[in-house]
Amino acid sequence: MGVEGIGASVVRKEDKRFITGKGRYVDDIKLPGMTYAHFIRSPHAHAKVKGIDSSAALKIPGVVAVLTGKEIVDDKVGNLICGWAITSKDGSPMKMGAWPAMAPETVRFVGQAVAVVIAETKNLARDAAEAVVVNYEELPAVADVTSAIKAGAPQLHPEAPGNQVYDWVIGDEAATSAAFAKAANVVKLDLTNNRLAPNPMEPRSAIADYDTAEEHYTLYTTSQNPHVARLVLSAFYNIAPEHKLRVIAPDVGGGFGSKIYIYPEEMVALWASKKTGRPVKWTGDRTEAFLTDAHGRDHVTHAEMAFDASNKIVGLKVKTYANFGAYMSLFSSAVPTYLYATLLSGQYVIPAIHAEVIGVYTNTTPVDAYRGAGRPEASYLLERMMETAARQLKVDPAALRKANFITQFPYQTPVIMAYDVGDFNASLDAAMKAIDYAGFAGRKAQAKAAGKLRGIGVSCYIEACGIAPSKAVGSLGAGVGLWESAEVRVNPVGTIEILTGSHSHGQGHETTFCQLVAERLGVPISQVSIVHGDTDKVQFGMGTYGSRSAAVGLTAILKAMEKMEAKAKKIAAHALEASEADIVIENGEFKVTGTDKAIALPMVALAAYTAHNLPDGMEPGLKESAFYDPTNFTFPAGAYICELEVDPGTGKTSFVNFVAADDFGRLINPMIVEGQVHGGLAQGIGQALLEHAVYDSNAQPITASFMDYTMPRADDLPSFKLSHTTTLCPGNPLGIKGCGEAGAIGASAAVINAITDAIGKNNLEMPATPDRVWRTIHSA
Amino acid sequence: MSTVKLTVNGKAVSVDVEDRTLLSNLLRDNLNLTGTHVGCDTSQCGACVVHIDGRAVKSCTVLAGQANGSSITTIEGLAKGDELHPMQAAFRDNHGLQCGFCTPGMIMSAVDIVHRYGGQLDEATVRHELEGNICRCTGYHNIVKAVLDAAGRMKVSQAAE
Repeated sequence: MGVEGIGASVVRKEDKRFITGKGRYVDDIKLPGMTYAHFIRSPHAHAKVKGIDSSAALKIPGVVAVLTGKEIVDDKVGNLICGWAITSKDGSPMKMGAWPAMAPETVRFVGQAVAVVIAETKNLARDAAEAVVVNYEELPAVADVTSAIKAGAPQLHPEAPGNQVYDWVIGDEAATSAAFAKAANVVKLDLTNNRLAPNPMEPRSAIADYDTAEEHYTLYTTSQNPHVARLVLSAFYNIAPEHKLRVIAPDVGGGFGSKIYIYPEEMVALWASKKTGRPVKWTGDRTEAFLTDAHGRDHVTHAEMAFDASNKIVGLKVKTYANFGAYMSLFSSAVPTYLYATLLSGQYVIPAIHAEVIGVYTNTTPVDAYRGAGRPEASYLLERMMETAARQLKVDPAALRKANFITQFPYQTPVIMAYDVGDFNASLDAAMKAIDYAGFAGRKAQAKAAGKLRGIGVSCYIEACGIAPSKAVGSLGAGVGLWESAEVRVNPVGTIEILTGSHSHGQGHETTFCQLVAERLGVPISQVSIVHGDTDKVQFGMGTYGSRSAAVGLTAILKAMEKMEAKAKKIAAHALEASEADIVIENGEFKVTGTDKAIALPMVALAAYTAHNLPDGMEPGLKESAFYDPTNFTFPAGAYICELEVDPGTGKTSFVNFVAADDFGRLINPMIVEGQVHGGLAQGIGQALLEHAVYDSNAQPITASFMDYTMPRADDLPSFKLSHTTTLCPGNPLGIKGCGEAGAIGASAAVINAITDAIGKNNLEMPATPDRVWRTIHSA
Repeated sequence: MSTVKLTVNGKAVSVDVEDRTLLSNLLRDNLNLTGTHVGCDTSQCGACVVHIDGRAVKSCTVLAGQANGSSITTIEGLAKGDELHPMQAAFRDNHGLQCGFCTPGMIMSAVDIVHRYGGQLDEATVRHELEGNICRCTGYHNIVKAVLDAAGRMKVSQAAE
């Protein structure tokens, strides 16, 4: 490892612009002649749009246009799509209602746009929106899955009777029933996985610029995957053919899943730019983010786990109702199925599993992938189940887990996934040591003497990341392949540009991707730059989500590097009059092994481009590209343990210690990896203690600002103690598993297990607010 | 419309704005100082924090006209040329930022915290004082480290002056 190579905690190259205020986010961009969009959104959860009167607004000087849902439908802009087809247990395809970019007839959630005002300034657009009169006829609405599936519930879409999108199953029902029939003990658990609002700090924003002469669009947007945005806008929304649409995602201020999707606002901005002949900018405010950014989680689950007399798990039955909100968002259908139920084996040998997932429409904001996406829900369910089982079976929760860990790899679970490698004992041991698990009883007694209830909670998570082998996901219904692409350009002066289809919105790719180049060529990372986020520069790419950028994106870069190096070695061998097999690359030089003969990379690059003295038949230039399709998911795993105290008088929780032992395979930059874990843990703890996107019984959102929705703040969280155990992923040459989502997947159960341990009552839902904890302590 | 006269990052400026213009909008839209970010509508997130006459203020809570006559420092004015402010350097060295969106406000608040406490800071105090700045990426772990690190660096640089 060099000082800037793989494994070095190099400070980030991208930081200078961010710490000096020179980041360039979408809302920072101004185009000549730019207009501003303000959306008119439904205040009702369910209503017919009876009429829109924009005459007064259009009289205001500076108002360019007021455009409605009827017009966008008449102009044949396509309805929003869901890109993963799920088949119900009866063989029928999932049942989806149409989702136009603005509602022409019916609104189905608060915040759904019905019209847009385009004006010369932001303030004018806002003022004019207030002058537009929309006449609604209210309809009954439903917000939660339990109510939505009842007979007589308000119906959202005629295509989906009973508000049911699908009823999907996985696993072997007969084998699972047989296992339960023979079980010595059965543990039952009902739980809710609370709805969350992702809330990246940068609100979504889009600027659309239509060039009438070239019939070409440019879209600047807050996207995690600009190429996928272009593909969908082109292929499904009829905006423009791909070569007439450039999508740029510049600096993006966090995503966490919510910026994967192509939203109505981007479609409307593009369409409106052509209609008005002007660039159109829209930047959401925070309330619009709460109302329209895809939410996360929102499951209601009943589960049962069967044990034999020696406390070995013999079976697991799960029934989950997943709330999709009012429309099926881009990857929503896959989240509670292939990203959730396929992880229900967790870290355990469970011979028989059967899960049923019922997807349900409600009059709420659409729900899709949010950091972890299905895997936090699976992990929370299993780890609450293991804790509940340990309490019911009266055994130590860590010991119960160890007794059931998978220890032989590869391991085929009963729910599709084939785990390639892992060492679950190693991570749990590391976490137990870090928190002094053995000494907990003494600390609990001391806390009791001080009037505090102390608890400890374990959570052992596994996730499937890298999303994923294209053939495998295609066979499961995905509408896209999930490979990644890369291009390595060595310039004639020897500097290097790496073009990647991954997108960085906080993950530090501009540093870590350079570290791979530094490792292989021995050049300083200052000579390398990363190009991403622009469909005109990068040929194609699938973007960043599912902890895939290192495992898939960086491997694509490696493949392109290998091709480039092979050619460069031929050029060097030719110049040095040596055998190609004798050339090694060290410290930026191509050396003839065992001699002092060498040629520096810039000279090789120059030779490639002057082409004066290349081997016979070789093309000039030094530029290679690669597409990499992974052979399997990767399986990051680890153990988190939380120790905390509850004040019985107030129900308030205070952290004592939080330890994490993760196995992410090879780490490129440990500093950045740990930063990813910190952020994930904060989101997992946020879900456990603070965060909840709440609707009232009429489906009115009552948490639509930071005044109402509790974001984790610095004094809500502890400092974390992290460690790593390592088994290298055999599925990619770098041995990387991915680290972006782990914290959010594993943390929630550790916190709730610790609180329920502290208070001695198991029935506690998230978020465990002081009020809720206090009531649980004092419940019968 | 009103004319607002300010000193921004050491330079005198005079801007005609609508009376309802917020200071954050004036900085971003009229002066192109886009390092000051707007992350919410309710003065909760702190991405817009600037210094007004040396004090950290959420610029989205101040009408531009209210700031008339004052001296404003934004994130763009914190470094001395190429020399980063110790707080900026500490955020970089401690990986106190990821997406960078909350970072300008976080740094401007943190500088003010260190000034107010004269560098006598501990973790609990830093966490409490950062209550008005929300970060979604870092879990605050490395931000807290960065502020404590910078407090030490600022003490040293003050002693040297």
